Amino acid sequence: MNPVKIRRKAAVNQSACVACGCCVKVCPRQAIKVVRGIAARVLREKCVGCGKCAAECPASVISMQEAEA
Amino acid sequence: MKKHWYDHLWIASLAYLALGFFNILFAWLGLLCFFIPLIISAVKGTKGYCNRYCGRGQLFGLLGGRFGLSRKKDIPGWMKSKAFRYDFLAFFFAMLFVMLWNTWLVFSGAQDLRQAVTLLWTFRLPWHWAYHGTLFHAGVAQLAFGFYGVMLTSTLLGLVTMVLFKPRSWCVYCPMGSMTQLICKAKNKNG
Repeated sequence: MNPVKIRRKAAVNQSACVACGCCVKVCPRQAIKVVRGIAARVLREKCVGCGKCAAECPASVISMQEAEA
Repeated sequence: MKKHWYDHLWIASLAYLALGFFNILFAWLGLLCFFIPLIISAVKGTKGYCNRYCGRGQLFGLLGGRFGLSRKKDIPGWMKSKAFRYDFLAFFFAMLFVMLWNTWLVFSGAQDLRQAVTLLWTFRLPWHWAYHGTLFHAGVAQLAFGFYGVMLTSTLLGLVTMVLFKPRSWCVYCPMGSMTQLICKAKNKNG
């Protein structure tokens, strides 16, 4: 048996992101940043999948997706 | 998380609305909320204003978040569509030009100063108590009345969408946000 760990990570719908930066303010791990004022990007190695950014996002364009850790 | 001085700019936003209630000439300070985001995006190519300094966003975040005055529901799809955001930006600019036109009419003497604040581009509220004369031209006060109306209207819209949807729903369709994002897109196209 070799169990594969499944972890959730935040993912931003880049084309719909308004780059307001609300997600950056709530992230406890500085795992999301607004790149060049265009859209937010998740640093997947830092993201622990807490979902705070997804809950905060006023446009609701951040979703939690399962990813192999 | 460590608090910075700019995390308290919501106080400035509140103070702005309060000061304009007593002396309309303070409304000129609103130009800061107009030019600073534009300058940051044009010079640095970032939305640093939205991300850090926007006192209005902080105010909505505080009222809707900590004070719980928000349903925290998803904003409707059409409201976050590019079509709506850019149309709202265009409408906002059209209304800004109407305001500048009215100011020009007062400066040129074609129209008298109207001591009123127009809410939602329609309703004219009496606001004469906030006018105590001006050292300069009456047109200076006309622009102040106009700008205060813009700020009050956008605050009101922001509060309504804060209650209905998420705290900072205003950020989704904020004309300044849309415009600074467009500037950043144009500026960072080749990089």
